[in-house]
Amino acid sequence: MTDNAPAPLIQFAGVTKRFGALTVLDDFNFEVAPGEKVTLIGPSGSGKSTVLRILMTLEPFQEGRLTLAGLSYQEPGGTGPFKASERHLREIRSHVGMVFQSFNLFPHMSVMRNVAEAPVRVLGLSRDEAQARAVDLLAMVGLADKKDHFPSQLSGGQQQRVAIARALAMRPRVLLFDEPTSALDPQLVGEVLAVIGDLAHEHDLTMLLVTHEMRFAREVSDRVCFFDKGRICEQGSPEAIFTAPSHPRTREFLASVLR
Amino acid sequence: MMYGFTWDTATPLTYAWSILPIILIGLTVTLKAAAAGFAIALVLGLVFAMLRRSRWRSVSWTTACVVEFLRDTPLLVQLFFLYYVLPEYGLTLPAFLTGALALGLQYSAYTSEVYRGGIEAVPRGQWEAATALNMTRMQTYRDIVVPQIAPRILPAMGNYMVAMIKETPVLSVITVLDMMALANMIGERTFEYLVPLTMVGLIFLILTLICSAGLHRLQKVLPKAGIPLR
Repeated sequence: MTDNAPAPLIQFAGVTKRFGALTVLDDFNFEVAPGEKVTLIGPSGSGKSTVLRILMTLEPFQEGRLTLAGLSYQEPGGTGPFKASERHLREIRSHVGMVFQSFNLFPHMSVMRNVAEAPVRVLGLSRDEAQARAVDLLAMVGLADKKDHFPSQLSGGQQQRVAIARALAMRPRVLLFDEPTSALDPQLVGEVLAVIGDLAHEHDLTMLLVTHEMRFAREVSDRVCFFDKGRICEQGSPEAIFTAPSHPRTREFLASVLR
Repeated sequence: MMYGFTWDTATPLTYAWSILPIILIGLTVTLKAAAAGFAIALVLGLVFAMLRRSRWRSVSWTTACVVEFLRDTPLLVQLFFLYYVLPEYGLTLPAFLTGALALGLQYSAYTSEVYRGGIEAVPRGQWEAATALNMTRMQTYRDIVVPQIAPRILPAMGNYMVAMIKETPVLSVITVLDMMALANMIGERTFEYLVPLTMVGLIFLILTLICSAGLHRLQKVLPKAGIPLR
């Protein structure tokens, strides 16, 4: 990052996350600028998904400091595993959205309600406003004609596109993608990547993407971070990482996945 | 409440016919008590199940103790306790309300276990998606969890409803004039218990059969309407 770069939107400073005896993030430092598109790659268990899950407040962490949009994740004197009040966590969450590996659509709701429900309940939009927003987003992901279907009637690729529309309906500043295509049949990966690729052109949206789709990562990212053993082992522009990796672990990993 | 009624004990059939109006009055009381009790059990059971999953240990632990206590003590003891002990502390409830409350309390302990099983079967990803959409816990329960578990827990809830209907005669011991209490009073007057008690038994049998048939039907209709039961 250069000297005149904007203040980071997300800042991990010495964050340590343990599951029992297992250290998943080890004195982890990481910054993301507003609007930046960052891809996290690395072997499984290296802590990539944990970074996203901590940002979404799905997991607490034990040590260090994390801020998003100037909000610290842990409040001074905060209690509970997150060391913060639910009210504070909800303020943080209002800036963040997440797309999951297994879609996690609500099976009892139509596609339309999946997308429109939270804007009504959480943001306080009227049904009409929320549905208009949902119609626009569903058109954007190419599923305008599926709005009255139920998730079980859609293919995996279609479900994931609905999930992206659902996350976008909350207008997050930061959108997290946790292996969005890993649960998909190979022939359905392309349609989901196309939608994510379109989003990468949105200037204001900050994106963090955990993926094994290396070619896609190279196309859409401003920066690629290679994770190993709970730390970022090497990071840089996609060209630098994919054409001239300097760290032996990076070379080893890329050789194994790009075969 | 039996003044003005006459009964004809000439033959069992005429006897049965003459006391039927009284028994049916008792039936309405029985049904009201069961309905009120089950409504309490449905609401309170969900509250217990939610409290039991609270993030605060003290809350979940206390709830677990209360539920266990309600489950493991006899309904009759709870009933007498509410009816005779509470008034000593200034809380006097009518017999019917006391009865409905006792039924509701005991069965809320059972229904809370049904809710708990249902809630635990909801995949973690559903909770995480709700969190990612910034829903509160209450919103998550109301919009995501309960609608998903409702069809699945329906059969178990139905069984408890039938069981509760069959337990309502217990309320007669605290002077609720349900079907059983009235049949008993008729017996005391006529020294002829066979017919009134048989009628009560038959009416319970019919009630239970109706409920079971209704449940069976729901279990067939719901999957056709696209609501899976498992």
